[in-house]
Amino acid sequence: MNQTVSLRPPAPGAPPLVQERGQREVFCGLTGIVWLHRKIQDAFFLVVGSRTCAHLIQSAAGVMIFAEPRFATAILDQRDLAGIADINDELDRVVSRLLERRPDIKLLFLVASCPSEVIKIDLVRAARRLSRQHEPRARVLSYSGSGIEKTFTEGEDACLAALVPELPAEAATAAPSLLVVGALADIVEDQFAAIFADIGIADARFLPMRRASAMPAVGPNTRFLLAQPFLAETARALESRGARRLAAPFPLGAEGTTLWLKAAADAFGVPASRFETAVAPGRARAQKSLTRHIERLSGKRIFFFPDSQLEIPLARFLAREVGMRPIEVATPYLHRQLLEEELALLPSEARLFEGPDVDRQLDRCRAARPDLTVCGLGLANPLEAEGLPTKWSIELLFTPIQGYDQAGDLAELFARPLARRSRLEV
Amino acid sequence: MQLTLWTYEGPPHIGAIRVATAMNGLHFVLHAPQGDTYADLLFTMIERRAERPPVTYTTFQARDLGSDTAEIFKASAYEAFERFSPRAMIVGASCTAELLQDDPGGLARALDLPIPVIPLELSAYDKKENWGAAETLYRLARGLSGGRRQRPSRPRPLANLLGPTALGFRHRDDTVEISKLLGALGVDIGVTAPLGASPDDLTRLGEADFNIVLYPEIALPTAQYLEKAHGQPYTRTAPIGVGATRDFIAEVRALASLNASAPLQESKIEESRLPWWSRSVDSTYLTAKRVFIFGDATHALAAERIAREEMGFDVVGLGTYSREWAREVRERAKVHDIEALITDDYLEVEEAIAAAQPDLVLGTQMERHIAKRLQLPCAVISSPTHVQDFPARYAPQMGFEGANVIFDAWVHPLMMGLEEHLLGMFREDSEFHEGASASHLGAFSAPQRAPAAQAPPLSALAEKSAPLDPQWSDEASKELRKIPFFVRGKARGNTEKFARERGLTTISLGTLYDAKAHYGR
Ligand code: SF4
Ligand code: SF4
Repeated sequence: MNQTVSLRPPAPGAPPLVQERGQREVFCGLTGIVWLHRKIQDAFFLVVGSRTCAHLIQSAAGVMIFAEPRFATAILDQRDLAGIADINDELDRVVSRLLERRPDIKLLFLVASCPSEVIKIDLVRAARRLSRQHEPRARVLSYSGSGIEKTFTEGEDACLAALVPELPAEAATAAPSLLVVGALADIVEDQFAAIFADIGIADARFLPMRRASAMPAVGPNTRFLLAQPFLAETARALESRGARRLAAPFPLGAEGTTLWLKAAADAFGVPASRFETAVAPGRARAQKSLTRHIERLSGKRIFFFPDSQLEIPLARFLAREVGMRPIEVATPYLHRQLLEEELALLPSEARLFEGPDVDRQLDRCRAARPDLTVCGLGLANPLEAEGLPTKWSIELLFTPIQGYDQAGDLAELFARPLARRSRLEV
Repeated sequence: MQLTLWTYEGPPHIGAIRVATAMNGLHFVLHAPQGDTYADLLFTMIERRAERPPVTYTTFQARDLGSDTAEIFKASAYEAFERFSPRAMIVGASCTAELLQDDPGGLARALDLPIPVIPLELSAYDKKENWGAAETLYRLARGLSGGRRQRPSRPRPLANLLGPTALGFRHRDDTVEISKLLGALGVDIGVTAPLGASPDDLTRLGEADFNIVLYPEIALPTAQYLEKAHGQPYTRTAPIGVGATRDFIAEVRALASLNASAPLQESKIEESRLPWWSRSVDSTYLTAKRVFIFGDATHALAAERIAREEMGFDVVGLGTYSREWAREVRERAKVHDIEALITDDYLEVEEAIAAAQPDLVLGTQMERHIAKRLQLPCAVISSPTHVQDFPARYAPQMGFEGANVIFDAWVHPLMMGLEEHLLGMFREDSEFHEGASASHLGAFSAPQRAPAAQAPPLSALAEKSAPLDPQWSDEASKELRKIPFFVRGKARGNTEKFARERGLTTISLGTLYDAKAHYGR
């Protein structure tokens, strides 16, 4: 292992992609629970796993804001493994107690982990059984967040994909509808909904929904826009229900947001002038908010460690809108199809890596000495200590960054570490 | 299967990583999936370590299962050896890899590396973090300390300092403080381990005359092993608090055959300021403050003694998540006529604190959050820790300086409470509007109870209002608001209990004062 296994022949125009094996320094899919549980306000996430899984979520969540958060781990112990306790009985017991205690919970996700998958606990069946038991009081679904199957943001993909079969069906005769897919901050969602209404796409819907009772309908006349680049499984599931994906770059920055909105406008036959009138003020605000950061960021070399799969859209935004130079862009997974429009806009200078080996990437990073390195929390302080400024990437998932009115905030996230360095004299 | 919201301890391999990260020249190859690499951030973010922990994770994936996870382990171990040139290696499996039964120890042996490779059996499904740290240190000592040897006669006795790890609550500063103390007593330090030790240092463990056990949860098995293998006695007192530090000094002097009654000033040891600070009249208000104590056993027991002997507090709650030490903690709880709380269930602790309505909570980061929600003053005395428990300044818990630090750390939140009380008293004055709160509570103080809207208000015992509960009259609740906030919860609870017991449906001003008289000290 550890050597480069293949060099994919680049599609015409797209930068070449290098895949590596070796140690991956990326969170597992359980991490998504940290933001998903806040988004779906009456959902509960029950991980069936080990003490490690519980510790991971606790550490990723950082602080314990909630006395009783809407997530928990059913920790497997020796009795479960040795077969002394019947796992299904145990699970029923835990779930019943949980639902009793939390009358506010309407949707329960059983989340598979590495241990539950290795010992082959069938959570899909368990969820069906429990759903029968507890409906209509609560619905029980399942998905995998396990580290052997899912990196970091793929957990959200798996969660949303599990929701798709549950969405109500829309009649084949229904008027075309728009579905925006991927967890966004509520404020961003509201902004997008307003813009869509402005350009004449009424009633845009969002997945995940804020409440279990408000699942958006889907059918052959549904057109959907991905708001996040890591939703391959969800996209497939929606397509299997007849919905059609609108290909577009992702709504980061003024340009990304415009192209993303435009994809919807075109699909819904919105006249160019109406579109232009609707988006012009927002786009102008975004561009203005970016100018403040261009001076600090332009020409700076930026290097991405793999983390959220947002790396490619971020590199595109930073290169095209504030003039940064992405020299290495690594992503845990690359879904070529979903990122085609992004890759076409990425400068050719950027070297693309999929699933890199962390030690070898650190070697490259030290050799390149970029002006800014985007990396996970485990690497940030060690790199800073070596004199390399960093931006920790997990913040990019907890902060509203999409859309026109967040474009400046997004650039600022990258400018701040550099600004801080220029102040400190110690 | 146990339902867990928040955990006091991580899995055992986290303990092993704490030991490896504390040392120099030791590398840990951990058979584990990618998500387990989150452990790195505990060290680089919470403790602000400037280096990555010396851990290689094999990060096998589902597609590797059944085919070549063992090969991946071997390749990772070999590459780690080549890249990091460690002086010794430990190998083990996290929860998932334990299920694969790849036998990291056997696989590593097959590589025939030219360094000691020590296998760990981490029992992820029934053990926890502190056990993992203790087991790792023990395996290292066993694997590297060699055979028993003749100890030369020396002018000054020699002791090892055992237990401080990475991510330990104030371990960094405790080590410095106790090293200074030992030096002043005339004892030289042989090996400090694991913090700062190399595998080569561990080969010298057998040279010391005796061992100092700083943190029994981590170092006791090692000390017991060294006693057997090398004939080294070890200390039993954790030097936290003035009395315990004095006992510790006596114990060290006895083990080192030093004059037990030599005055400390002769050794230039500065005694703690705590005794005088505690005796001075300014501290009178601390008398019989009701404290709730929860933490690892060592720190909880030490806090109990300090609270009782050195601060003049009443202990109204005592507990630990270290089940292995339940007996000792139960013994101490008896002294206070209370039932010890032995649990790692965070909700149980929250319930106990809410019921006790203490004036001060001494706990871990978990209890700090509980206390915040219940609006009780709190000081952190034990792991689990968070970033603010690794201060830039020197802040040991052990030794005489540690006692000074503890005095300040415990009194400060109580003084904050007092200040808040003063603010409350002036609430009606024009410059203090109704919503004003002490500035240290920042923006969080007002909406603190908001989460209760989503979680059932288990934490808001004081505000619970079941249909059968007595209702407060306007007059009485106005009076209640005049009571200082730090006793208000208790007053409210007692009055409601008083009213319930008498079947009253309304709490009048009279009920409030009847209850006060009834419960009055
Ligand atoms: S990688 Fe697997 S075992 Fe580790 S925390 Fe994630 S799901 Fe749990
Ligand atoms: S203002 Fe706040 S932090 Fe400052 S002393 Fe007063 S209570 Fe403490």
